[in-house]
Amino acid sequence: MIEWANAVLQGILLGGLYALFAAGLSLIFGVMRLVNIAHGDLIVLAAYLGLSTSVTLGVHPFVALLIVLPLMAAVGYALQRGLLNRTLGPDILPPLLVTFGLSVIIQNALLEGYTADPQKLSAGPLETASIPLGELSVGVMPLLTFGIAVAVIAGLQWIFYATGLGRGFRAVSDNQEIAQLMGLNKAHVFGLAMALALAVTAIAGILLGIRTSFDPSIGGGRLIFGFEAVIIGGLGSLWGTLAGGVILGVAQTVGAKIDPGWQLLAGHIAFLLVLAVRPNGLFPRVEH
Amino acid sequence: MSALLSINGLSKSFGAVVVADETSFEVRAGEAVGILGPNGAGKTSLFNLIAGTLRPDAGRIEFADSDITETSAARRCKLGIARSFQVPQPFGGMTVFENALVGATQGADLSGREAESHALTVLQETGLLPKANVRAETLTLLERKRLEMARALSAKPTLLLLDEIAGGLTDAECGALIESIKRIHAGGTTIIWIEHVVHALLAVVQRVIVVDFGRKIAEGEPGRIMESREVKEIYLGVDPDA
Repeated sequence: MIEWANAVLQGILLGGLYALFAAGLSLIFGVMRLVNIAHGDLIVLAAYLGLSTSVTLGVHPFVALLIVLPLMAAVGYALQRGLLNRTLGPDILPPLLVTFGLSVIIQNALLEGYTADPQKLSAGPLETASIPLGELSVGVMPLLTFGIAVAVIAGLQWIFYATGLGRGFRAVSDNQEIAQLMGLNKAHVFGLAMALALAVTAIAGILLGIRTSFDPSIGGGRLIFGFEAVIIGGLGSLWGTLAGGVILGVAQTVGAKIDPGWQLLAGHIAFLLVLAVRPNGLFPRVEH
Repeated sequence: MSALLSINGLSKSFGAVVVADETSFEVRAGEAVGILGPNGAGKTSLFNLIAGTLRPDAGRIEFADSDITETSAARRCKLGIARSFQVPQPFGGMTVFENALVGATQGADLSGREAESHALTVLQETGLLPKANVRAETLTLLERKRLEMARALSAKPTLLLLDEIAGGLTDAECGALIESIKRIHAGGTTIIWIEHVVHALLAVVQRVIVVDFGRKIAEGEPGRIMESREVKEIYLGVDPDA
């Protein structure tokens, strides 16, 4: 019994990481209806940037985040203004194709730069530290990851609904033409949205790199987890995305408890079940 | 007074459909000008060209002594051109107050308290204050029309483009609308108003421009224009000789 409780608890905490994978994806789709196929590879890119920074400067991965986060945000803004804005239009195919191409380019560039050897970020004693919780024992790192995920989602929620920047995001998302007539520069607003999304991706990448080993090819899998979390939670709902991540995480750890080979399958089955019962996700945004 | 807006030889067509055919006119600062014309005459397209959502095939648009022909819609809004739409298009998922706040912060470049108080003033002026915290998509048609005007005003325009905002209103509502447009005009805002409700238009404007098939066919003082042969023929659809 206690083992099952442990599996559920671990799953909930893992869900935090998945929510971080998903948050950037959800934000970009929400603001500009762009499905970013390269999102998973950008997470892996952030992990590698974290690796280079922490190895070169000899600092803890969390300290490396001080460099990687603004760097990824800058990459996001430049990517949006220089490339992705040109693909957005009435046709949804160009952004899909371009981000798919971007995914291939990032994977191969990482392969070229870092080889296919698995790498890992070292967070020192933090990785093995744990807190006893009754008969269970909770890892500090998963707990911290979950806490960061909640803070990030809360932060995004605050930006969206309580700041001028968020009002700009929502106005452009609502009606691009009118937003421009009201003085909003769409290209700039989209750039800021992508910068914010990739800042979140930087956090996700560093936490991923501390949790598991990574190599240039794992981006696709992270993209799928992110997508599943977004869709389980309901498009456009940030807290729903967190719930989606948690459901996916719990399904995976409980599945792995039944049979280690079932981890991924159980996650996908949970996703399909939610889609079958609630096609709009569990917490879809009420409007539209 | 000098010209605030000056349109020179503006042309635009979509295939065979001509929406602007070498149109030229000027609007002086502080003026209120009405635009009349049958449906499909190119009135709304003219607004799209002035506001920047449509690029002309030929011609020049000058606003406040600078050429804005190639200027983006967002930039034109910041320069002082704001418009309302005939079919209201609020930011449905945002509150009425937030709709006005977008214009106040982005269009008028206000921030903090100043932006909020300006947004509230505009909602007060347009009678939407009681609905400030309601999501815009829940508004009735009349309220949405008011929101169109509120949102345009929130950007503190020097030139306000009103596109058929009196259509579908009752006489009392229309009277209230005329009063508030008169107040806005008296406050120094230049207005160009497209309207089919002619009596409402004539209660406010000092000059009328009549367009048909993208061409300006008459321009002048309202009383004289309404009596002119072209207007009776083309706009009102009557043959003056019959």
